Amino acid sequence: MTMIFGIPLQAFMGQLLIGLINGSFYALLSLGLAVIFGLLRVINFAHGAQYMLGAFVAMLMLQYFGINYWFALILAPVVVGLFGAVIERLLLSRLYELDHLYGLLFTFGLALTIEGTFRYLYGSSGQPYAPPPALTGATNLGFMFLPVYRGWVVVVSLIACIGTWLLIEKTKLGAYLRAATENPTLVQAFGVNVPLLLTLTYALGAGLAAFAGVLAAPVYQVSPLMGSNIIIVVFAVVVVGGMGSIMGAILTGYMLGIAEGLTKVFYPEASNIVIFVIMAIVLLIRPAGLFGKDA
Amino acid sequence: MSDVIHTTAAKTRTGRSATASKAYAAFLGIGLVLLVVAPMFFYPIFLMKLLCFALFACAFNLLLGYTGLLSFGHATFFGGAAYFTAHVVKEWGLSPELGILTGAAGAAALGLLMGFFAIRRQGIYFAMITLALSQMFFFFCLQAGFTHGEDGIQSVPRGHLFGFIDLANTTNMYYFVLAVFLIGMIIIWRFINSPFGMILKSIRENEQRAISLGYSVARYKLGAFVMSAALAGMAGGTKALVFQFATLTDVGWQMSGEVILMTLLGGIGTLIGPIFGAGLVVTLQNYLATSQFPVTIITGVVFMVCVLLFRRGLIGEFYASRLGRKLGFEHRR
Repeated sequence: MTMIFGIPLQAFMGQLLIGLINGSFYALLSLGLAVIFGLLRVINFAHGAQYMLGAFVAMLMLQYFGINYWFALILAPVVVGLFGAVIERLLLSRLYELDHLYGLLFTFGLALTIEGTFRYLYGSSGQPYAPPPALTGATNLGFMFLPVYRGWVVVVSLIACIGTWLLIEKTKLGAYLRAATENPTLVQAFGVNVPLLLTLTYALGAGLAAFAGVLAAPVYQVSPLMGSNIIIVVFAVVVVGGMGSIMGAILTGYMLGIAEGLTKVFYPEASNIVIFVIMAIVLLIRPAGLFGKDA
Repeated sequence: MSDVIHTTAAKTRTGRSATASKAYAAFLGIGLVLLVVAPMFFYPIFLMKLLCFALFACAFNLLLGYTGLLSFGHATFFGGAAYFTAHVVKEWGLSPELGILTGAAGAAALGLLMGFFAIRRQGIYFAMITLALSQMFFFFCLQAGFTHGEDGIQSVPRGHLFGFIDLANTTNMYYFVLAVFLIGMIIIWRFINSPFGMILKSIRENEQRAISLGYSVARYKLGAFVMSAALAGMAGGTKALVFQFATLTDVGWQMSGEVILMTLLGGIGTLIGPIFGAGLVVTLQNYLATSQFPVTIITGVVFMVCVLLFRRGLIGEFYASRLGRKLGFEHRR
């Protein structure tokens, strides 16, 4: 059997794949956080809850309406995005004038409420959500068996990340967004509807989180706690990457996911904390984060 | 950090008028008497829990209200100290007062470590870093041997205070906890009215100006962080003795959120606000503990309502109310 650093290649590649998958979710979530923070200056603590909502909406759509995975992949982000838009319009928008910490505290409360409600309704244990028939099974890559669904997750989340990056960097809407990040007052004076832009941005971020949630549903189980478990890690990812750049958020997400996967191979006891350790080291060497501009 | 969050902060003692000082002294006296006679009317364990959380919230407020740093990782100090105290009392046979001191010292050490990393960033990043490091400590407690993982440290003996006062007696225990609480509050009061505390407030109001005045802001922030951690540890260690166990619940991020809520609800930057906040939250939890309804929903909704509608908190709103102003309490808009 082929060995790599004294570890069977099969096990090594398996953990690398798991790392890549976790990294895909970290990238999608930290991307959404960075987009929201860039314009709204709010750290969206409810991001994890919105991710969980995405998975739950997909599962409930299947249970009650027989809506399959493919439609859920589109519909669940739309539903959660609309929910986000309502929250932003009615409540969150009242806090922009205040210290940013109030935005964090408000979304923290929102996250607790959503999570508590789903725990009340569906219990704490996870529920399975089967991947669509087209994506079940595995292919033999020669050196390892790749479960098709996992390969799909990596590819799709990469496409979603690059798509969002293109949307922000290359389109006219993205140009408005970037301009409003720099100077909202001036952009408004040019006749751009900035409040609408803020609502759209929050909805986009929430939708991205929900999209990640639907993708995650067949990999992990659908549970009310899935959001709060991941959001703290994503915060560490965001601290490492710095929220100054979209691409930085994506790259850091993948990098840390892979680092976590590799730690599982070499020193499994530390795999839970390796991302936090990396965060601490980065804080020592580059306090502003790897891609960060603001301190 | 911008200074908007501190608009809720009440005036310090130095800025208070004579009537306010009298009113304050009167409230203090009434409060003390109530605390002394309370065990005759209420379940003592509940009161002790309340006092522990009140001290915890006041220690947290030292950081948020008086230095302007939002820590999302204070569970580490509260829960960590609970583990330390429980361990040294149960395994090493230390007396309760030494156990609590060990807990506080351990929490201070953790605070030094966490603060060292966290003060490198400000505002929102500070909150995220403390949260992440605290989660790391949670995983450490989950895996470390002395914490006994999911079981926690159980059946911790309360022991004898100074070797001769039996704390297994609930009344003795209550007055011991009350003493710890009062000592903690005196330390906090002394601290925020010291020159050190004044400099912390100046950092809160305008960090750039404090730097240009020549203060080493990072050191003062670290000092405040360690102080807050040590006092939170005092509260955590005491709680471990009251309930005679230390578990993972106390180091989880939910606990960090709870103490923020207590402080926000009572009034950020007011000396006594967090006591009321803690009282409300603990009472609510006790009330809901028997029902099926999850506390998190209520906690979350209260959080949102507080942030949206009364950011000054109960005591802050009282200071700003007509009665409060009549009594001479000053408040800032």
